[in-house]
Amino acid sequence: MMLARLFPHPMLSLTLLLIWFALVNAVTVGHFLLGGFLGIVLPIITAPYWPGRPKLRSPFKLAAYVLMVIWDIVLANIDVAKIILFKKPEDVHSHWINVPLDLTSAEAITVLAGTITMTPGTISAMLSADARSILVHCLHTDDPDAVRDEIKSRYESRLKEIFP
Amino acid sequence: MTLITEFVISLFLIIGGIFALIGSLGMVRLRDTMQRMHAPTKATTLGVGGVLIASMLYFLLIEGVFSYREILIVLMLLVTAPITANFIAKVYIQGNVGNDDLPGTDAERGWAVYDEPPMG
Repeated sequence: MMLARLFPHPMLSLTLLLIWFALVNAVTVGHFLLGGFLGIVLPIITAPYWPGRPKLRSPFKLAAYVLMVIWDIVLANIDVAKIILFKKPEDVHSHWINVPLDLTSAEAITVLAGTITMTPGTISAMLSADARSILVHCLHTDDPDAVRDEIKSRYESRLKEIFP
Repeated sequence: MTLITEFVISLFLIIGGIFALIGSLGMVRLRDTMQRMHAPTKATTLGVGGVLIASMLYFLLIEGVFSYREILIVLMLLVTAPITANFIAKVYIQGNVGNDDLPGTDAERGWAVYDEPPMG
């Protein structure tokens, strides 16, 4: 009970400690104490803003997902660079695409929206008012339905397994 | 050995520089705000990424210390770029794109800029 009050979010505390190490770029006892102090105090102060704790079903799948997204970011960069360099501005066909969401948790939708923005030719622009749909802007496509299906099958289905 | 190291580091710097340049070029070449946003959110990510990989390699191979501050910069970039893009897109839609220009939502409620959220 005492421990739960001291660490309302253990993962957040650990993350803060690691970020502190990265900021000072050194791992010493002094910085461990200072980072540990920040890791304990900041989650307690900000606890009212974090009522729930996002549940992760499988951290390994999350790691695999992150690696996949990093690879897709590299591909996305090359795709967009090609469009910028070799396509005439008149030939770029942009579309708004509506992607219905099966995800319900706020964390999962946030990760999906971020993924959409960072990956091939798409930007997430807006949610519907009840968060059941996401509006995506696609830089260049001739088949908007295929883009929607790819987002659902490649990213959303994986996120559904990671966030219950 | 040093020559190869310097070559690899330079390669990452050049790749990063080229992508940053292409990203900026996209801002000039593309036609409207939404299209222009694709250039800085993506092309620039790899631009900064290339420079940061070069920086890590430099500290690791030449200075002999492992520097992971760069990972933090990449993380901050990955977290903030989509959020910034999202805000710009919403403001742009509010000012320039009518509700009728957007596709329907397939949900009970319309898009967030044009419809109220459900109560509770």
